[in-house]
Amino acid sequence: MAGYVVRRVLGMVLLLFLLTLTVFVLFSLMPADPARLTCGKACSPAIIENNRHRLELDIPPIEQYQRFVAGIFVGRTYLKDTARPLECEAPCLGYSFLRNQEVLAMITKAAPVTFWLAIGGFVTWMVIGLVFGVVAALKRGRWQDRTVMGIALVGYSLPSFFIGLVLFFFVVLIWHLLPIPQWTSGMPFANPGKFFQTMLLPWITIATLNAAFYMRLTRNQVLEVFGEDYVRTARAKGLPERIVVVKHALRAGLTPIVTAAGLDLAYLLGGAIITENIFNLPGLGSLAIGSVLASDLPLITGITLVAAALIIVANLVVDLLYAVVDPRVRVG
Amino acid sequence: MVGRSLRQIVWARLRRDRLAMVCLFVLIAYYLIGIFGPILGPSLGLDPYAFDRDSISNQGGRPVLPNGGISGEHPLGVEWGTGRDLLSQLLWGLRISLVVATTATLLTVTIGVVIGIVAGYAGGWVDLLIGRFMDLVLAFPFILIVLALSNVLTDRIIAFGVPPGTPSRIVYLILVISVFGWPYLARIVRGQVISLREREFVEAAVAMGSSRRRILFTEILPNLWAPIIVYTTLLLPAYVGFEAALSFLGVGVIPPDTTFGAMLANSVNYFVQVPIYLFIPGTILAILVVSFNLLGDALRDALDPRVTR
Repeated sequence: MAGYVVRRVLGMVLLLFLLTLTVFVLFSLMPADPARLTCGKACSPAIIENNRHRLELDIPPIEQYQRFVAGIFVGRTYLKDTARPLECEAPCLGYSFLRNQEVLAMITKAAPVTFWLAIGGFVTWMVIGLVFGVVAALKRGRWQDRTVMGIALVGYSLPSFFIGLVLFFFVVLIWHLLPIPQWTSGMPFANPGKFFQTMLLPWITIATLNAAFYMRLTRNQVLEVFGEDYVRTARAKGLPERIVVVKHALRAGLTPIVTAAGLDLAYLLGGAIITENIFNLPGLGSLAIGSVLASDLPLITGITLVAAALIIVANLVVDLLYAVVDPRVRVG
Repeated sequence: MVGRSLRQIVWARLRRDRLAMVCLFVLIAYYLIGIFGPILGPSLGLDPYAFDRDSISNQGGRPVLPNGGISGEHPLGVEWGTGRDLLSQLLWGLRISLVVATTATLLTVTIGVVIGIVAGYAGGWVDLLIGRFMDLVLAFPFILIVLALSNVLTDRIIAFGVPPGTPSRIVYLILVISVFGWPYLARIVRGQVISLREREFVEAAVAMGSSRRRILFTEILPNLWAPIIVYTTLLLPAYVGFEAALSFLGVGVIPPDTTFGAMLANSVNYFVQVPIYLFIPGTILAILVVSFNLLGDALRDALDPRVTR
């Protein structure tokens, strides 16, 4: 087990290194002219040249990459040769000259919004998905099963932005059941009531798609476990049905689902772009869209890096958890 | 007993599934409309680009007739501010959505299958290298990366000679969706190939001195059709929805061209006054994706030897 953990952690470090390289190549070398992207249509050659220098795009790519990575570990200084150098302390993910802010500062400001959005959505969809999935499996072939699976099919067929828009239309604009969602700083603790009013629809929007998916997953998984020999053995030795279902079937059947859900959560934490866009939440997803529309390359680079790193780390955590929780998984 | 090929068995099973057949006809209809709508449309007086100033008010551009200006001339109403015909926009947009989703699916499946077969059959360091590469690609959040690369790569695509505007956006969407979408299928294929590799018929082919290409694509590939088809049926609806989501976020086609997602994004500004702006494109999109998914489900059951009816 210890050897496995060490190997996996080393693999993760290698992957994170490759990630920085890929992100750097994608966003620093791929653009036809990164400096051109730093200012709008009315842009004089002098300004572009100046920005090229400020963004350190006038040095060789290898050196650019070195500074990029060095920034993450020991920080870096922009505009060294000017009267007012810009200190960006480690971990420095870059500096947005477009907004005159450090990329990391913008990310940490937006992160709590995405965090609460993702956690709430996650809890909602897992509860709905697991409960209804188990019900469908236990009532296989009956009307309960068919109803749940029918709802699930529609649920994951509807694009999430359509669900969000319809919810917004009816609940907020037509029936006035909730006020227009508005995130204010200090949420959720400063104003819990308003927090729930703001987040309820975004949570439902995120939950719909995933809950539908997890209903199906749970149902199939539980049905598969019901076919296993040890469940038959448990029944054969006369255990009450309740014990067979809860202790034998569900525990083994749900473990892979719960761990897989960890990965989906990691994806969400990188920014629930569509949901944040619909409900106007200032999270990482909105920050990402804003940076793309403004062609703010340092910011795009930073967000992509953080989101991808989250997924890589979550992947490792999930795999390790899986090895610990499920007695059938052997690692060596 | 008469021997039947896999295709015959699957088709016979599928034909007994009434819901699946309905979905199949709906999808065929969608594709026919997508292909022929923009060809035959102009002779019926449909034009998604023509402004109809008479159908909208001079102040604010609100459609004159109720329900978004539904009339004999404009069966689904007109666009706020320009008076462009919404039925035409849907027809032309449907074609773009289907082109993007279908081409991207074909490309994804091709890349995924080829790389999956190679990784699974070669094993060793090739497999290891491809495996790490897949981990890397999978680490990128899909929507974010498509969004993030849109400006950067569209410029490159234009530099390759693709006309700027809508064509370059379409090429971009297809490319980037495929390039970041293949590892899921490649993993599945790789797993299958690893078990197939040890089977007798492959051994026999090796013993007879078949070339590696023949072993990979003539011996092994035909055994992979079931998982490939199943995965394709998952990809198509996912990519239709995905294209819509990207257009909704503004990285899809650019005006005057439009697709479902762009129309829905536009509807947000007006849907209090004209709810049908939201519900007509949304419903048509939803029917398309639901049909894909239902047919996919049925196809999966039909391909699964364990399912008995």
